[in-house]
Amino acid sequence: MKLARKDLLGIQDLSVEEINLILDTADSFIDVSTREIKKVPTLRGVTVVNLFYEPSTRTRTSFEIAAKRLSADTINIATSTSSVVKGETFVDTARNLEAMNPDIIVLRHSAAGSPHMLSKVVRQSVINAGDGAHEHPTQALLDMMTMREKKKRLAGLKVAIVGDIAHSRVARSNIYGLTKMGATVSVGGPITMMPRCIERLGVEVHYKLEDAIRDADIIMMLRIQLERQETNLFPSLREYARYYCLNRKNIAAARDDVLIMHPGPMNRGVEISPEIADGPYSVILEQVTNGVAVRMALLYLLSGGKS
Amino acid sequence: MKKRKVVMDAEGIERSLTRVAYQILEKNKGVEDLVLVGIQKGGVLLAERLAKKISQIEGVPIPVGKLDITLYRDDIMTSGKAREIGKTDIPFSLDGRKVVLVDDVLFTGRTIRAAMDALMDFGRPMLIQLAVLIDRGHRELPIRADFVGKNLPSSHSEEVLVKISKRKTSDSVTIEEAF
Repeated sequence: MKLARKDLLGIQDLSVEEINLILDTADSFIDVSTREIKKVPTLRGVTVVNLFYEPSTRTRTSFEIAAKRLSADTINIATSTSSVVKGETFVDTARNLEAMNPDIIVLRHSAAGSPHMLSKVVRQSVINAGDGAHEHPTQALLDMMTMREKKKRLAGLKVAIVGDIAHSRVARSNIYGLTKMGATVSVGGPITMMPRCIERLGVEVHYKLEDAIRDADIIMMLRIQLERQETNLFPSLREYARYYCLNRKNIAAARDDVLIMHPGPMNRGVEISPEIADGPYSVILEQVTNGVAVRMALLYLLSGGKS
Repeated sequence: MKKRKVVMDAEGIERSLTRVAYQILEKNKGVEDLVLVGIQKGGVLLAERLAKKISQIEGVPIPVGKLDITLYRDDIMTSGKAREIGKTDIPFSLDGRKVVLVDDVLFTGRTIRAAMDALMDFGRPMLIQLAVLIDRGHRELPIRADFVGKNLPSSHSEEVLVKISKRKTSDSVTIEEAF
């Protein structure tokens, strides 16, 4: 049992067996976080660097808690307070970090492919914590873990992903993962936010919310990035909400036992109404809890391979 | 071809466990505060069986837990593989209890070191004792068992295999020589 790779760069190049191994391992780590002493000595002496070129609270905190519960040391580098503002290049920053001998580098960057580049420059394990509009593999893994925990399977599930598909790394990683695991994925959103040829990834494409979520076992609502308002992708937040906000009425198109997910941070009243976000079908906070377990599993599996 | 020798059969194991059950009671002067914790995977069924014997003798149920020590091992970074993590389930408080750790084979002592560290994260036992079915020697740490089913002197290259199942009839301890 071993994750036979140095890095976790995306879901696209993971096998079904590797995804199952990560999810099974993550299940075992749930217990550690519910004990009185939430710490095991497993990764004593391991150093994890969180290198974040984009703002993040949830993902960075989650990685930090995961590392600390395994007794690893963590260092957080937010580039707004680092040498990056002094003009240091990405590769120079990476080489300097490498020279300090950490074991794992967790990278978030606005440029797609930057973790792949980093993994070629440094000998440390690299975990992609989100690269541009490309992939966010740990988010997809925690989403799949939550679905599997609640529905006891992934194969045969119908999952609807609704929102700004074109700019969403969460959508892309989930599409890769869920289709690999045998789930059916449908995506929904306005045509301006739907990438061309997305159906080539093996998903159904819909432009109306009700069509996308019809008979869905799971609905994943994506965050509308408010800063994109200026880019003419939609006329106004109010108009977007009128057609794409998941509420008590339109949710009726989905299955009665539908689960509601959201990768956060939520815009209440824009893509999801408060009564749905806080409602009985919402597993949004379970996603956050499982995120720590998934990241513990990855740190454990990637560290175990070294000698 | 490997040479195999059965050193304990089902009846022998049963008799040893009965003796160990009485020894645990004798040393602890009864069952007050007594709990058993089996180490995954070999110790879990043994702990359950010992607890059953003790309850039969004393007429009171004995709490049994199971402990997985994977996350406490000292060879995670050097073994070259991340091991599968088993279930830890100790559904009672360990504070002030007399904990008898149970395992099938005592060898280097490293598993027991890890198990004691793990137990301490779940509470503060009054004392920890160790019961094993087989003590095969070759300790690498200053650890010894309080209760031993059978001392089995072995060479480093030999393998000791303990088979314990719910259906007791096929239980056995075998020693396998490597050529």
